[in-house]
Amino acid sequence: MTNTAGSGGSVKLKIQGVAKSFGGVRAVTEVSADVQEGEIFAIIGPNGAGKTTLLNMISGFYHPDEGSLMFENHDISNMRPADIAALGVARTFQNIALFRGMTVLENMMLGRHVLMKTGVLSAFLYWGPAQREEIAHRERVEEIIEFLNLTDLRKTPTGSLAYGLQKRVELGRALAAEPRLLLLDEPMAGMNQEEKEDMVRYVLDVNQEWGTTIALIEHDMGVVMDISDHVAVLDMGAKISQGTPDEVRADPKVIEAYLGTTDHKEVA
Amino acid sequence: MEWQFFVELVTNGMLTGLMYALVAVGFVLIYKSTDAINFAQGEFCMIAAIVVAGAIKLYGFPVWVAIGTGLLFMLVFNWGLERVVLRPMIGRPVVAIIMATIGLALMFRGLGPLVFGAETRPIPLPIPDQPIIWGPFFMAPIDVLGAVISIGFMAVFGWFFMKSRKGVAMRAVADSHQVSMAMGINVERYFVLAWMLAGFVALLGGLVWGSAIGVDTQLAALGLKVFPVVILGGLDSIVGVIVGGIIVGVVEAISAGYIDPFVGGGTKDFTPYVLMILVLMVRPYGIFGKPIIERI
Repeated sequence: MTNTAGSGGSVKLKIQGVAKSFGGVRAVTEVSADVQEGEIFAIIGPNGAGKTTLLNMISGFYHPDEGSLMFENHDISNMRPADIAALGVARTFQNIALFRGMTVLENMMLGRHVLMKTGVLSAFLYWGPAQREEIAHRERVEEIIEFLNLTDLRKTPTGSLAYGLQKRVELGRALAAEPRLLLLDEPMAGMNQEEKEDMVRYVLDVNQEWGTTIALIEHDMGVVMDISDHVAVLDMGAKISQGTPDEVRADPKVIEAYLGTTDHKEVA
Repeated sequence: MEWQFFVELVTNGMLTGLMYALVAVGFVLIYKSTDAINFAQGEFCMIAAIVVAGAIKLYGFPVWVAIGTGLLFMLVFNWGLERVVLRPMIGRPVVAIIMATIGLALMFRGLGPLVFGAETRPIPLPIPDQPIIWGPFFMAPIDVLGAVISIGFMAVFGWFFMKSRKGVAMRAVADSHQVSMAMGINVERYFVLAWMLAGFVALLGGLVWGSAIGVDTQLAALGLKVFPVVILGGLDSIVGVIVGGIIVGVVEAISAGYIDPFVGGGTKDFTPYVLMILVLMVRPYGIFGKPIIERI
């Protein structure tokens, strides 16, 4: 089951009429969308369209004022971020949010935190079950490091890595949690062409080889149209269009939203 | 004879400094995980010492049982403190948390003697009274014990923080609460852990300082006393606390030995602060602290 693209797959994430205001500003209004199992779902829109607010609601940093969010069979609308992560939702951040003083390996092992069981006292004692668990997790993390071609940088503090590599480590840290839903907040933002192509390849590989459902926010429409199964377009907090990349590209409302802003050059 | 006097001052300064570090590391623990400065750390030491000394004096507990009682008390006490007072303040401005700890400090300073009495009590640790003389070195046994406990704690805690999984997670929490949450880390649990560890190290500090100078509310002044140590070393560095402690201890000893005879005494009480201000002027984040680069 590599790619169930839409029909046939079950709904992984159901967004039902969510709304969120900050003070008097309505950041997101009445947005509904279904993310199907195994697909790449993109949320696009001009700056300030409410994309990140929506993502922050999915990962539990904000709770919707109205509407609900269902992940698999769980209502996650009012759950705390750590509990949502424990259900199998991992994410990256728009501005790289690595633990800069720590190595690539340490960052990724932290990404695996949700899957680790042993308690505080046994962690003090390095031997025994804690050590066995540690080794098993370590093996899996090494696989992910290899998958992302980061083997030589395992012991490097992330703060000293190039921008594109940091983004890749952040993807790896999210993957380390073995998520069933992976949220990517502008994974290609600020990258040069080569870095973008690398990132696209990794995202596609994750989706196709591991069947991971991916919801991503992106500014670069060209990239999004190439890799997504479905696209939702937000503008001023509301969803103005949704469908396959071709349908969305042809939608006059989308063209207007993009042409109406200074972002028109990015329309593919 | 002159060089022997100097060696003696430096040795004793270093031992005292390591004992300061034991109190100062409590600040680092809280700062690293919650971003707040806990002004009640000196009071924690005082409370721990009062409980241990009180258990010996009032209930006739043997020393080890009294220490065990003190440990249990501090863990429960700090756990409760975090749950009741500090948990609701998570996410509030750091200044609010700092003010709350100042309030707590003054409250404890008043309540301690009220509950346990104001007299000065000893903590009779089973160590000899005679000074240890070893070549040119001339040391008080309690200072040596204090320094050994301090180094031991730093080593274990340093390992825990750098290598163990819980320690790494605690560093992650200190780095960013939000990102840690997205990683599935239960941030509140690590706050409790940090406060309980601060209670544990306060017991160690209270024990060695209580044995050295006697147990009464004077112990609480340690909190302010070690402030130059924390600032010199950098609020977020364990190595910094050790080095800062040693510097402050040695500066104190030397000013007491060489300056006091000329001015009639008292210089050691403020020379560490002079040093602290000088260092802050050059390195506002301390000798070992992380420089924080902020975009304006």
